[in-house]
Amino acid sequence: MTEKEAHITVRDLTMAYGDFVLMRDLTFTINRGDIFIVMGGSGCGKSTMMTILIGLKAPAKGKVFYGEVDFWGADPPTRAQIIRRAGVMYQSGALWSSMTLAENIALPLETYTDLSPARIREVVKLKLALVGMAGFEEFYPSEISGGMQKRAGIARAMALDPEILFFDEPSAGLDPVSARRLDDLILELRESLGTTMVVVTHELASIFAIGSNSVFLDVSQRTMTATGNPNQLLAETRDPNLRLFLTRGEKS
Amino acid sequence: MTARGEMVMEQPSEDTLKVILSGHWKLGGELPGADKVQQTLEARPGVRNLVFDTRELVHWDTGLLTFLVNLGTFCSRQKIRLNRDGLPPGAQRLLELASAVPEKTDARQAAEGVSFLTHLGNQTVDFFRSAGEMLEFLGDTVIAVQRLLRGKAQYRRSDLGLIIQACSAQALPIVSLICFLVGLILAFIGAIQLKLFGAQIYVADLVGIAMVRLMAAIMTGIVMAGRTGGAFAAQLGTMQVNQEIDALKTLGISPMEFLVLPRMLALGLMMPLLCLYANFMGILGGMVVGVWMLDIGFIQYYNQTAAAVNLWNLGIGLFSGTVFGVIVALAGCLRGMQCGRSASAVGDAATSAVVTAIVGIIVSTAVITVLCNFLGI
Repeated sequence: MTEKEAHITVRDLTMAYGDFVLMRDLTFTINRGDIFIVMGGSGCGKSTMMTILIGLKAPAKGKVFYGEVDFWGADPPTRAQIIRRAGVMYQSGALWSSMTLAENIALPLETYTDLSPARIREVVKLKLALVGMAGFEEFYPSEISGGMQKRAGIARAMALDPEILFFDEPSAGLDPVSARRLDDLILELRESLGTTMVVVTHELASIFAIGSNSVFLDVSQRTMTATGNPNQLLAETRDPNLRLFLTRGEKS
Repeated sequence: MTARGEMVMEQPSEDTLKVILSGHWKLGGELPGADKVQQTLEARPGVRNLVFDTRELVHWDTGLLTFLVNLGTFCSRQKIRLNRDGLPPGAQRLLELASAVPEKTDARQAAEGVSFLTHLGNQTVDFFRSAGEMLEFLGDTVIAVQRLLRGKAQYRRSDLGLIIQACSAQALPIVSLICFLVGLILAFIGAIQLKLFGAQIYVADLVGIAMVRLMAAIMTGIVMAGRTGGAFAAQLGTMQVNQEIDALKTLGISPMEFLVLPRMLALGLMMPLLCLYANFMGILGGMVVGVWMLDIGFIQYYNQTAAAVNLWNLGIGLFSGTVFGVIVALAGCLRGMQCGRSASAVGDAATSAVVTAIVGIIVSTAVITVLCNFLGI
């Protein structure tokens, strides 16, 4: 793969809720095929960053580019078209509770492809198997555990084979084995389908295992203080806050 | 766009079938189905091995994977060895990942049809169970009220204040509108008949007694059922979904006292006041018709109303109002507490709260009317 082609570019971004500025002056690039980690302590605006990237909340200032297109400068239909090529896994699954898992995953397929119902069933089965939940088609979200809801949420996000997958806290609340399998899945999808992954997380194990690029949002400075491969950051950083974060506060 | 996947099969040796895949194997494109390979395999029972050649494959995604999964299930059923070596490495790994966790076999199938008798039986059992739950809830409320009277109930005064505000002052506009119009409508209907006898003046009696004794309470009750009862159910239902009620229980705080009691108190206290207000609005509506359409003097209309409506009427009206308030609050809280753990369950709870409240209001009106008849008041 000859890469380093910018997929998402964020420039001078400021996130704010009304007068309250959460983060300012964020500039970084997510390359095609990256597994990009957005990391930082609780309340630093990781999830808000994701809502801006997926088009749910407008930034207070600054620009987001998808390829060459100015995402927030574009009109809503263009924005909708861009975001249709992305899949999003929300923090607690956000499965539609009145539908079974199969119906949840089938909805994007029914809406945006003209596959036959039989083909859709096959795809649903495969996606559920990929997240380790084969055979759960007829269950309702309220009948499965939180971790399973999360995995089903990933299956739904993957339904359309998106170019970009966003994960909000994917491994929080999963048992270690499931979390590991999820990391493997993310790596595997990137390897085999070339999907760009944007992962919002503060799980250190995942960060080092899968991250190929990252941005660190520092709550105390109200801006980003580092970007790059997490393993490299750990080796090279002088910033005490980042070091504290990457070593779980243990002094080395 | 004619991105399509091609498939050719050949048989290099007696027991081996080679599937050559080429082109674009993407979901949504034109793809050959796994059934073609299956048919070939069935036609040649000697084949024990299935191998792939994907050197000509340009692009692939889920489209290829579902094809392979289908083929895989068929092969394992027919005891044919499926050799994944010829596949793209990514596809091999994804297939491995997909089969890493065995399929849950005791999973249920989509609901099967049930016979009419089973359905009837289930419904009957459900009915008795829900009646039992309702009684249990009523008992819990009585205990909570008892604790309140002994000054032991745990609830926050500020909550009570907020709920009182939500179900009294904020309800005034809609209660005004509805009761004013009901008074107006009653006056119109009465006027048409009474005019025939030249007895328009009795419109004042009709509107006054009907509103004060019954209609104001019923209309206010129904408005509150839709407005506040539904809101209570949705509120408590959402708390149930978020496990907030569990959190209260584990803290040793009774949700009956903390959540249900203030709501019941608020509605029970505020409904009579709302009814009183509704009485005035209803009489005002009748007066508008009487004074402007029937040429009854303002003072005359007032005197006629004052003479017709006695304290018993007012008392019965306010009493009914209080009862309706408690019914609406209890129905809302009951359905909210029974709520399941999903968004649609919250919707069901709100619907069922309004229905329960309205049924309760009508039934209790009937009971009160019959009782009053017995007592001769």
